[in-house]
Amino acid sequence: MGSNAASNHPISFKYVTKAMDNGAKLISVDPRFTQTSSKADIYAALRSGTDIAFLGGMIKYILDNNLIQEKYVKYYTNAPFMVNPDFKMPGENDGVFSGLMDGKYDKSTWSFQTDANGVVKKDMSLKNPNCVYQLLKKHYSRYNLDVVSRITGTPKEDLLRVYKEYTKTGEVGKAGTIMYAMGWTQHTVGVQNIRTMAMIQLLLGNMGVAGGGVNALRGESNVQGSTDHCLLFHILPGYLKTPKASLPTLAAYNSKYTPKTKEPKSLNWWKNYAKYSASLIRAHYGMNATLEEGYGYLPRLDDGKTYSWLDIFNEMYKGKFTGFFSWGQNPACSGASSNKTRQAMTKLDWMVNVNIFDSETGNFWRGPGMDPTKIKTEVFSLPCAASIEKEGSITNSGRWMQWRYKAVNPPGDAMPDGEIITKLFYKIKELYEKEGGPLAEAITKMTWDYGPMGADGKIRHLDTHMIAKEINGYFLEDKIVKGKLFKKGTLVPSFVYLQDDGSTSSGNWLYCNSYTEKGNMAARRGKKDKSGIGLYSEWAWCWPVNRRIIYNGASVDPISGKPWDKEHPVIMWNGSKWVGDVPDGVAAPGSGRPPFIMKPHGVGSIFGPGRADGPFPEHYEPLECPVEKNLMSPQCVNPAIKRFDVDGTDVDKRATCDPRFPFVCSTYRVSEHWQTGVMTRWCPWLAEMQPDMFVEMSVELARLKGIKNGERVIVKSIRGEVEVVAIVTNRFKPFSINGSVVHQVGIPWHFGWVTTAMRKFVHGDKKPEVFTSGDAANLLTPFIGDANTMIPESKAFMVNVERKGV
Amino acid sequence: MTEKVKLYDLSKCTGCRACQLACKQWNQLPAKQTHNMGTYQNPPDLQPNTWNLIRFQEVSDGNGGVKWMFRHDACMHCTDAACVRVCPSGALSHTKYGTVAFDQAKCIGCKECISACPFEVPRYDPEKDKIAKCDMCFSRIDNGLEPACVKACPTGALRFGDKDEMLELAYKRAKELGGDASVYGDKFVGGTHMIYVLPEKAGVYDRLPENPRVPLSIIAWKDWLKPLSLLAAGGVLAGSLFHYIIHGPKDTGGDDDQASQEGGK
Repeated sequence: MGSNAASNHPISFKYVTKAMDNGAKLISVDPRFTQTSSKADIYAALRSGTDIAFLGGMIKYILDNNLIQEKYVKYYTNAPFMVNPDFKMPGENDGVFSGLMDGKYDKSTWSFQTDANGVVKKDMSLKNPNCVYQLLKKHYSRYNLDVVSRITGTPKEDLLRVYKEYTKTGEVGKAGTIMYAMGWTQHTVGVQNIRTMAMIQLLLGNMGVAGGGVNALRGESNVQGSTDHCLLFHILPGYLKTPKASLPTLAAYNSKYTPKTKEPKSLNWWKNYAKYSASLIRAHYGMNATLEEGYGYLPRLDDGKTYSWLDIFNEMYKGKFTGFFSWGQNPACSGASSNKTRQAMTKLDWMVNVNIFDSETGNFWRGPGMDPTKIKTEVFSLPCAASIEKEGSITNSGRWMQWRYKAVNPPGDAMPDGEIITKLFYKIKELYEKEGGPLAEAITKMTWDYGPMGADGKIRHLDTHMIAKEINGYFLEDKIVKGKLFKKGTLVPSFVYLQDDGSTSSGNWLYCNSYTEKGNMAARRGKKDKSGIGLYSEWAWCWPVNRRIIYNGASVDPISGKPWDKEHPVIMWNGSKWVGDVPDGVAAPGSGRPPFIMKPHGVGSIFGPGRADGPFPEHYEPLECPVEKNLMSPQCVNPAIKRFDVDGTDVDKRATCDPRFPFVCSTYRVSEHWQTGVMTRWCPWLAEMQPDMFVEMSVELARLKGIKNGERVIVKSIRGEVEVVAIVTNRFKPFSINGSVVHQVGIPWHFGWVTTAMRKFVHGDKKPEVFTSGDAANLLTPFIGDANTMIPESKAFMVNVERKGV
Repeated sequence: MTEKVKLYDLSKCTGCRACQLACKQWNQLPAKQTHNMGTYQNPPDLQPNTWNLIRFQEVSDGNGGVKWMFRHDACMHCTDAACVRVCPSGALSHTKYGTVAFDQAKCIGCKECISACPFEVPRYDPEKDKIAKCDMCFSRIDNGLEPACVKACPTGALRFGDKDEMLELAYKRAKELGGDASVYGDKFVGGTHMIYVLPEKAGVYDRLPENPRVPLSIIAWKDWLKPLSLLAAGGVLAGSLFHYIIHGPKDTGGDDDQASQEGGK
């Protein structure tokens, strides 16, 4: 659900196939019957944007039928926790939680009741009306089969079939997993989609066990790596927080972000926060600055402001940016509302476009509808090396850091990104040294000894091994830790040894243990599986400390310490220690230490007050939806999202329940193309297989619009349109939503004008061997994002489809 | 040499087309301009530059739902290969693995194989005046490797190995699937070296012959008429020889004497 692994993560499907050979059942829930559905035991259709309704119904089914893994829920989740009696839920509060003020939640009522010592009050019988479990039951009592079916369009019998099959995994010793991807994340309720499933997994005892988990199929082969190393504005490497302007000192910063708990047995691993922030500062500045000075050099966020992709392009559209580094991306096709994104780029003075192939972004100024004579942006296109033309690592959906060697040299002037950044760094440093500037030391004091040093004090080239070692971390002085002496310059064996006093460095505490005195763990290729459950612990390295299944303390009984699943144990107590996978901070059997050690209270969150839009997921309609009212409550759309359309411009228009745009549209992928197609549309073999942008629609809709299979049609939203080929198929069927027929269509987002025959080619342009047709799907998508992450809602918006020339 | 079989289990195929592309890459086959005709299937058919093609097919499941089926279509590598029988130049021949190899240099572009093949596999390239088809990666299998398509397949729908082992797997899988599932290929044309496990009856699949046979015309020509004609040709030659021996060359002596006699007047 929320993914189509057979098409888009085909290697993962190899393991799904094996699991099915071993008797596992595959359930596919998707608005469209996909290649994954074609192999599934059960398929159920649902309207895009209604996943919380669907899953909320499953939660009700679990609770009504007593299918929870009871001991797990009682000991390993916050189900027994008593909640503040002032906390109000959407069912009794006009569709919102208590504390909503001007589009933001004051979360003070989303708290737990504590005793005199600050320990959370609990009801282990799960009967008290104010305990999380009973509040959960009350909240989802509204998600009955009837209303869920009317919202999702899924027939009741299909809902039941899915619920019945999946909830079998609540039985002790059974497990189920979810593979989700952008089908869940790219919604204004994206994070809550995932939360609902995480709660289901906790209720069924499926976290921390073999065959369980909530598995994100990442959208790109190294996006896990890039989020781990903090590509996003709100985090620093290792998921530390980016400091805010209101935290002037390192102590204030550490204090704010180091969670505290009064739960007596909770390990609360993030209590070590200060060790990781200190080590990170050392990794950036070495001994060139004190920890306090180094903290002062870190970039800050203004309190209350967000700097997401949507914010960046919104500001760029207003002309607030002079320059833009577009690095390894194609925003002209990948950003929500491509017309807005492309127009935004015309406001820049300069752009540096680093990519492997020619793209719509580097050429935005001569794209369709652009007049180059009126655009002042100077574009510098820098060719960079592809992944096989340089050495380094990639981190996958399983957190495995896998080292890749360099197979061939990059062509022509192309250089690895790291080399380009190195050149930029030295030039910028030089300018700061000569001319000064605000916070110049943030650059001039930075260490950059990641390669053989030349006589001029600059490295001659980048050595990725040295970067990997920096990420792992070093002892910067002789130090005795846990009774052992580590000499200055030794690689730190694991994050357990990192210090908060500046005596250690680590570019990312999660990766501390990946490159040690034993060598490059990520380059290991051991094929033996000692675990018998497919851990393959000697193949590459995964964080943290090569623990393959995190929270594996939840895989055993809290009293006896015996594995729930005797045939597929993750860890086992051998009398004196835990064997199997690397135990996740698990204390001796029966010691009572709750297993979710990264949570302050040590238990999984059924009640999740950390989210911006509510501690329980609630169904809200997408920003653009086909229904006038949300059947679940008077609140139509997620109240906590940042709206760009209210004080926005023309390009931010939305059209909901608008007869001009009556069909639900979603975007997705095909096996043959990758992301915006920059890498794949230029490959003749791939373009030959999928040459044209298309729209898939039901036979019924095609009949309604007089559209024939293979005919060229226009798909349009209020923000833009694309010309595509119509694929008329029975794999889409009209939905019955609250008694009305609602049609849904879908389009792939891989296409762009640069490889089409229609564009104007000038001398020097490379022409593709096989032309594609069609421009970006994102020309249609809305400029709106999730309440927590601001990921754009590309999976549910409203369009119309017309025959060309109508 | 042991016979090899490429086993293709349709029940595991997800239509990802890694095999279609791996074949192009290994054999360095060019891509041509295509257009989406309302399906993922592209190129639309096997071509001289497309030696395996995933066919996409949607059928109703009888319950208001849909089935989406994918079929890896390529040379079946028949034991009793009609193409080998008809090929006048020996461009098509059997290898020690039982597969049908193709030597492009020998092909004269007569297209007899195209008419002969019960699976409609070989394709003619007018620019080169030659045909082309899958050769089951002879260069790879002869070096202990599996065909490129098999190597690329992520789900294990494609497998490669000794004939007996592959057939055993095929029957085991068909039994596991139950219903209409069957093994396809071992009972036709002397047994094919690409074997299918079909979850549905053969007749359900697009362009898949239910009862593929070497065409009667070829059996008639090659097995009966051609030997007969050779026999006949041989008979004519033998007859002429005997006639010459028995009767000598044609007697035109009388006319010559007359002419010389008349010439003397």
